[in-house]
Amino acid sequence: MIRRLEDMTLGQRRAIWAWGFLALPVVFYVSIRFYPTLEAFRASFTNWNIVGRMEYIGVANYVRLAHDPAFWKVIGNTFTYLGLGVPISMLLSFVIAYHLDRVRFGHGLLRALYFIPHLTTAVAMAWVWRWFYQPPPIGAFNVWLTTLGFGQMPFLRSTTQALPAVLAPAIWAGIGFQIVIFLAGLKAIPRTYYEAAAIDGAGAWRVLFEVTLPLLRPTIVFLVVTSSIAYLRIFDYVYAMTNGQGGPLDTTKPLVLKIFETAFTHFEMGYAATQTIVLFVILLAISLLQLKLLRSR
Amino acid sequence: MAMKAGKMGFWLGAILAALLATGTARAQVEIEYWQYTFAQRVQAIDELIKRFEAANPGIKVKHTHVPYDDFRVKIAAAIPAGQGPDVVQLFYGWLQDYLKAGLLQPLPASDFSAVEIEREFFPIVQQMKVDGKYYAVPTAVRSLALFWNKALFKEAGLDPNRPPATLDELVDYASKLTKRSPNGDLLQEGLTIDMGGQDHHWLREVLIRQYGGVPYSADKKSVAYNTDAGVAATQWYIDLVSKQKVGQIGFLTDGVTAFRSGKAGMTIDGSFRLGALDNQKGLDYGVAELPARNNIKSNFASYWVNGITTKATGAKLDASVKFLRFLTTPEAMELWLTTVGELPARRSVAEKDANKNHVKYGPFIRGLSYSYATDFVNESAQRKVMMDMVDKVVLKNMPTKQAVAEAAVEEQKLLDGFYKK
Amino acid sequence: MSAAGPPQGARPPGRVRRAATLGGEPSTRTRTMAPGNIAVWTLLLLGGIVMVMPFVYMLAASFKFNHEIYELSLLPREATLDNYRRLFERSGFPRWFGNSLLIATVTTASVLFFDSLVGYTLAKFRFRGRYLVFIAILSTLMIPTEMLVLPWYSMARNFGWLDTYWGVAFPGLMTGFGTFLMKQFFEGIPDDLLDAGRLDGLNEFQVWWQVALPLVTPALSALAIFTFLGNWTAFLWPLIAITDRNLYTLPVGLASFSGEFQTEWEMVMTGASVATIPTILVFLLLQRYIIRGISLAGLKA
Repeated sequence: MIRRLEDMTLGQRRAIWAWGFLALPVVFYVSIRFYPTLEAFRASFTNWNIVGRMEYIGVANYVRLAHDPAFWKVIGNTFTYLGLGVPISMLLSFVIAYHLDRVRFGHGLLRALYFIPHLTTAVAMAWVWRWFYQPPPIGAFNVWLTTLGFGQMPFLRSTTQALPAVLAPAIWAGIGFQIVIFLAGLKAIPRTYYEAAAIDGAGAWRVLFEVTLPLLRPTIVFLVVTSSIAYLRIFDYVYAMTNGQGGPLDTTKPLVLKIFETAFTHFEMGYAATQTIVLFVILLAISLLQLKLLRSR
Repeated sequence: MAMKAGKMGFWLGAILAALLATGTARAQVEIEYWQYTFAQRVQAIDELIKRFEAANPGIKVKHTHVPYDDFRVKIAAAIPAGQGPDVVQLFYGWLQDYLKAGLLQPLPASDFSAVEIEREFFPIVQQMKVDGKYYAVPTAVRSLALFWNKALFKEAGLDPNRPPATLDELVDYASKLTKRSPNGDLLQEGLTIDMGGQDHHWLREVLIRQYGGVPYSADKKSVAYNTDAGVAATQWYIDLVSKQKVGQIGFLTDGVTAFRSGKAGMTIDGSFRLGALDNQKGLDYGVAELPARNNIKSNFASYWVNGITTKATGAKLDASVKFLRFLTTPEAMELWLTTVGELPARRSVAEKDANKNHVKYGPFIRGLSYSYATDFVNESAQRKVMMDMVDKVVLKNMPTKQAVAEAAVEEQKLLDGFYKK
Repeated sequence: MSAAGPPQGARPPGRVRRAATLGGEPSTRTRTMAPGNIAVWTLLLLGGIVMVMPFVYMLAASFKFNHEIYELSLLPREATLDNYRRLFERSGFPRWFGNSLLIATVTTASVLFFDSLVGYTLAKFRFRGRYLVFIAILSTLMIPTEMLVLPWYSMARNFGWLDTYWGVAFPGLMTGFGTFLMKQFFEGIPDDLLDAGRLDGLNEFQVWWQVALPLVTPALSALAIFTFLGNWTAFLWPLIAITDRNLYTLPVGLASFSGEFQTEWEMVMTGASVATIPTILVFLLLQRYIIRGISLAGLKA
């Protein structure tokens, strides 16, 4: 929409309305989100530990962080959660939404079944999942595995399996949200496109890749960005399934858990603030990158 | 610094407001007491407050309790902001953290003389003395004991009234109590293995000592278990899982759950567990002193203490002192014993015959006379070091000697980080 | 101009749906239930059942006595309503429920109003700094709450908001998530409709309120449920902001079943089960709208 000179005054008027609408929200975001963030930023350069004594120590916290092997392990975990969580959840939720979309009979019931996990609390569900992961004869998963002839798995008691094992309930709980958004996106695609494709004689796969997915692009963008942020910030399920430890041997610990631990167990608020800034930078970078990649083309 | 001035101003404002709010000067003082939420503790404090207020008409005590999981978070947020308690209950292991954060003030020596405390209370309480001043005193203490499931004993052919008295007997009984399915799956464990529970205390203060070592140096600032004794004790513990296979880490999620559901023959746990076990339908259990080794007996004691925060000044401070004294009288301790099930911190009360020979409290109380309370600088972090140590051996097949050495380095870092600041 | 659209199910076949109003129920792209579709349907049903299993186990546990709770069988040998009785008689549960309901409802209303206003402004107005404002608001999603609670606490203390409903609610009154969502939806509205409103003499606020907003009611429903849900389960901040037990929200109250050394799991399961009821109800009520209209996001890139 290109406007010319005669509309500039109109545009200016519009701009005033725009800022009028934005006035209160801007004040809100600045005081509730940005000012505290600046506080956190400031605190990251201090050795503040809860009470009064806040001395500036320059970048010492950042240096300490860079040299902390536990921090790098945590970063690795966090990106693993991202790298596994987003593709798996997006794929699963799309497949389910795609097929669910085509179903008429019992559609509402099925949709509700897939959404219910999203409504549950992590603490309660983690308890149930922990039981599922127990060795046989108590843990359901292992009982199925052994019945089907496979060996039993240590799951939460393994340094390699623990992270995926903790990720699974998080994906399980999050999928409902993605399915619902995908369903809505699919619904929005006008039938004319499909009719045109049918006239062209296109098969189901071609339709999927040349019609459906491209038209779903804004939905996909939204979901990828929000899911990435969510998995990078994973906390509730890890905390609940590992008793707040992030174990065994720190193999499941994500950055937010480390921040929580630093702030509320060690009371090193300055050091925790440093970690928060790192998290913030990561989140911002990933989101901007995704927005850019997914929007261009 | 601007922050300190602000804090000062806030205190003055708070006191002024408190005075104004109470109408006439000093007619009524209100102080706040905080502890964590637990039905019996809440009940006990409510009753104690009732008695205290009856005896001290000018003082009102507001009782606030906070869910355990975030007790520390709330305190950490409240006190520096000038809110929160005047008298606060804290875990003894947090004392150093609280002192560092400037949350507690020393108890007035006139009301809490060191001489009296050291004469009356169990020796472990002396840890609350820093630089010659006491910062907190407990109402009750807890120690560890061996719990055993009488029904499972009978089933395994063991005398249900004769618990193991030595470590060797412990292993022997545990083997008899371990049940496995035909394909080797654990159905019932002989002894619970749970470093995340009380086992790390058992290792630190009991097993290591029983093998001839000590966990820390005399000045508390150095780790001292990276020795043959320490390794031997750790190896003995790990063998329970890997060699004798009488227990499994994570079986039924944790040791308490395993014992409560009747799937574990024995468990090492604290006196705080009595309430929950009593409520467990169908569980017939016994309590015994921890097994000895080579006639060496040791135990770990822990306790929650009551301190006065830096927020309490003037009239509130006086009221707080009075309340704290009340909380540590023998009567208060007796009430706490019957209501909460925690052992009296005063020797005279604890060692009354009725208590010392009590079928359930007895083993705990007898254990108190040879207990140690570790000087934690950060209990959860130090517990994690032990958990990781065992996991390294069990999950990654690291040689025990190396795991112990690495744990010692980790823990030393924690201690250094604290003492050298 | 109404956004109600054609009544559900009364879509004449072969007609292109108008962008602004969308029918609700499953697409008619599949015409009949062919055998292949029955297989898919069955798989979906099985999948759905698997998805719900953990939830069912939680419900089952709430009907079990303490000594049975550690068994994985679904049906209790000794079913009991004891846990529910304890939950409701125990001081506070009804009150916690009411507090959560009040705060979640008010917060949701605020979010619906402000997020859609801001989202609309960012989608439909051109002015300098627009993208920057959008990115700034989006970036608020990336700051973990854990770090903000202490500054918030100081702020609340300074203004006397502690132990008040306002004190619990204020951080969540506007969100970056909702703004992002609404912006995507508003972008799908053709400008002509808005211009038509302007030509009719409506001012910008009225254009938003009377023209644009009704077109995204389904999206608002989606935002409503997600906001309500997020607020319903919020834990950390309410825990810090409230000390008065009468003002506890549900998650904080439920946390009091967790002790120093033990957790009364049967109470947690029961409490969690009851806590899920309103969210399920809200979802069931609004799910038609959620699906029906979120597709506006899919229309415009």
